[in-house]
Amino acid sequence: MPNRSMPKFPEPDTQPFWEATKRGELTYQQCDVCNEVVFYPRGMCTNCGSGELTWKVSKGEGTVYTYSVVRQNRNPAFADLGAYALAYIDLDEGFRMMSNVVGIDNPLTDVKIGQRVKVQFEKQDDGEYPVPVFVPA
Amino acid sequence: MAQQREAAIVGIHEYPKRYAPDVSAMNIKAVSIKAALDDAGLKWSDIDAIYDAQDGEGGAGLGLPSYLGIKPTVIDTTQVGGSSYEFQAAHAMRDITAGKCNVAVLSYGSKSASLRTPIGTGGVSGGGSWQANMEAPYGQTLIAGYAMVAHRHMHEYGTTSEQLAQISVATRHHAMRNPQAVEAMNDLQFVGVNEITVQDVLDSRVVADPLHLLECCMVSDGGGAVIIASKDVARNTAKKPVWLIGSGEATKYRENGGDITTSAGAQSAPIAFGEAGVSASEIDVAMVYDSFTITVAVCLEDLGFCKKGEIGDYISDGKLRYDMPGGPALNTDGGGLSSNHPGMRGIFLLMESVRQLRGESTSQAANAKLAVAHGNGGQLGGNHAGGTVIMAAD
Repeated sequence: MPNRSMPKFPEPDTQPFWEATKRGELTYQQCDVCNEVVFYPRGMCTNCGSGELTWKVSKGEGTVYTYSVVRQNRNPAFADLGAYALAYIDLDEGFRMMSNVVGIDNPLTDVKIGQRVKVQFEKQDDGEYPVPVFVPA
Repeated sequence: MAQQREAAIVGIHEYPKRYAPDVSAMNIKAVSIKAALDDAGLKWSDIDAIYDAQDGEGGAGLGLPSYLGIKPTVIDTTQVGGSSYEFQAAHAMRDITAGKCNVAVLSYGSKSASLRTPIGTGGVSGGGSWQANMEAPYGQTLIAGYAMVAHRHMHEYGTTSEQLAQISVATRHHAMRNPQAVEAMNDLQFVGVNEITVQDVLDSRVVADPLHLLECCMVSDGGGAVIIASKDVARNTAKKPVWLIGSGEATKYRENGGDITTSAGAQSAPIAFGEAGVSASEIDVAMVYDSFTITVAVCLEDLGFCKKGEIGDYISDGKLRYDMPGGPALNTDGGGLSSNHPGMRGIFLLMESVRQLRGESTSQAANAKLAVAHGNGGQLGGNHAGGTVIMAAD
């Protein structure tokens, strides 16, 4: 997928996450006050409301919580793929993110709930930001 | 708390066409309001409250009074996707009970089919917002969110596509008995306007695993209107009132470590049933938002018809048909799957509940006294809203 839809900026909450992908880092936030892990990126803690959050770098390892093999998407970046695996990944640090499971022969048979996966950054032909996707660990 | 009977649905109108290229969405709303007032025996000038889900033109709550030429004193613009109308009915009930208004109008008009608006299965992800930036690069489509719920439900509870297909089969059975639904399927060029089997559903193409085409709602034009009145007004309307006896609201969203197989309904339903003083086992008719089969499956569990994870067994004997014992009659108008889905189906859940409690449905459940309408708006598995409304026959 060399021409995925890119995140659009300015968008202050998510921009640090995407800037980090240029360094090959998968990042999340943690609250300085109550230690709550926060994801998607945002400006306050979802547990205590504190605005004091620190960006952390994930090891990029996790488990497939659920997935769907999408067979139809009119978006030009995805229309020609035939089928691709969209998934929620539970990262070991305690956050859940949407991504894709790639690096497999057949998404219809090679993705499983509970499967261990690790992050990989996919460079785009035209897009500025590498996209964090997951491959079997 | 004693059951309240302060507000009732006294008039309904479902716009008959599902493909309407030659009229405006505002016109669909206005024509439907007039017809619903006629159904109630009320006048244009009786309207003193509008509930507007931002589906028309000219701005939420602004364009509609202007188009209609009315001056309401309660203007509510609740917009929570397809469940907007369950929320609005709850708000109308509250506003009427508080003495703020007497004749409340909910309306809907949409041109999703003739304008070829992508709603669910072909959706193009956007970008430039907080959440879109975290989803669009991965090819998130609307149906994929629901499909991921279905996969997790199957994984945790052993639910099968054969079981989910029962929802499509029962709904189509009801649709074939509803002339408007048959016309809709013809006008929208359905392949095979006929009864379907579980095998037909499984043989239809997969759009996003594990959901098949015949598990997806249609994309139609359409709309309608619902008139809610105070008990004083309801005593003198043309048809028997259908009482609003309980409501509940909730939202849910993706959470770290959260359970994707439980919807906002798990929060809204107990509030609504508690207010009504009834339980799911007493319900005769369940109008549950069928964007996809999995939406119905999850919401029936969360409404309390069976325990979480047991929906597969619960529905596998076909009890959701209007003439089958052992469970509620489900989506007896043909549902979003086979009758009407212009994008926000919640208003039709109220209408068919009313038809059932008046004894006017084309798939009439015997001796129907209690109905639940449960709207699920937004995206199951992601940000979504649940609105539950309990209704009782007069």
